[in-house]
Amino acid sequence: MKEADFRDNETLELFKKSGGNIIISTLDAIMDWGRSNSLWPLTFATSCCAIEMMATGAPRHDFARFGIEVYRASPRQADVIVVAGTITNKMAPVLKRLYDQMADPKYVIAMGACAVSGGPFYYNSYHVIRGVDHVVPVDVYVPGCPPRPESLLYGVMQLQRKVKLETITSPRKTENLK
Amino acid sequence: MDKAALKERILGLVTDAEFQENKQFPMFVIPPDKMHALAVRLKEDPDLSFDYLFCLSGVDMLKYFEVVYHMESTTLQHQLVLKVRTADRENAAVDTVCDIWRTAELHEREVYDLLGVKFNNHPDLRRFFLEENWKGHPLRKDYVDEVNIVEL
Repeated sequence: MKEADFRDNETLELFKKSGGNIIISTLDAIMDWGRSNSLWPLTFATSCCAIEMMATGAPRHDFARFGIEVYRASPRQADVIVVAGTITNKMAPVLKRLYDQMADPKYVIAMGACAVSGGPFYYNSYHVIRGVDHVVPVDVYVPGCPPRPESLLYGVMQLQRKVKLETITSPRKTENLK
Repeated sequence: MDKAALKERILGLVTDAEFQENKQFPMFVIPPDKMHALAVRLKEDPDLSFDYLFCLSGVDMLKYFEVVYHMESTTLQHQLVLKVRTADRENAAVDTVCDIWRTAELHEREVYDLLGVKFNNHPDLRRFFLEENWKGHPLRKDYVDEVNIVEL
């Protein structure tokens, strides 16, 4: 992928608050560099997207190259939750609890058609959440059924762009997202 | 035991069983009141010894429900399919086989949860996948849910 194509979503950079003096903006640059290159995902996946997520972490694609590093088994140590798979009505409270247990700043990637919109279960289904954004605020949507590892890598790198917009003067808090 | 011998044997055990043609497994429709006794016999008899119930499922046939038992003998390497039809939809009930094959306990809870077929003498018949306070049985053909289901 060309750099220009990767940056075609210019609205993301418009979110960045302008201003700030040289000390704060330098500190921001250091903090954002460190934070965006060590995003720890939570070991959380509910269906076939999990296989693609595992493949993304495995040596052939290896998203440790881009700094999204070790899977954490505890939400308290994780920075990002990749919702990989269908969320049913019964699973939704569990997802919400996991999300609530993560420490700020925390990020959500909705991976695959099910997490984005309910996907193949949108019609004639009695027990599926139509999009995980009904439960938790989503930062990046990765479409596909399931998305290839390259798609997830692209989504993760878009998330890293988003992380780099933050400033220490107004830290990201979940209550500000609502 | 090959298919022909198995057919003869089952028809000998239950005279009013109905044989159905099937490419993969020999398949029989058994009267509901004779199912439990037949299942005991199938498990205990040394030259049948069906020790493994590998699937128990329910089917909504609109006028009645069908409970389908897939079983196998791991020692003798033969398989068999039995079907039991309930009398009606409203009070659909079948005798449990979970005292014979323990695995049926969860399978029967699943059939009860999604189709509403009751299993007599089941030790713990409650919902399996859905919440305890769920109303109705969603895999029934006449199930309607205005809130959750988006019709295509």
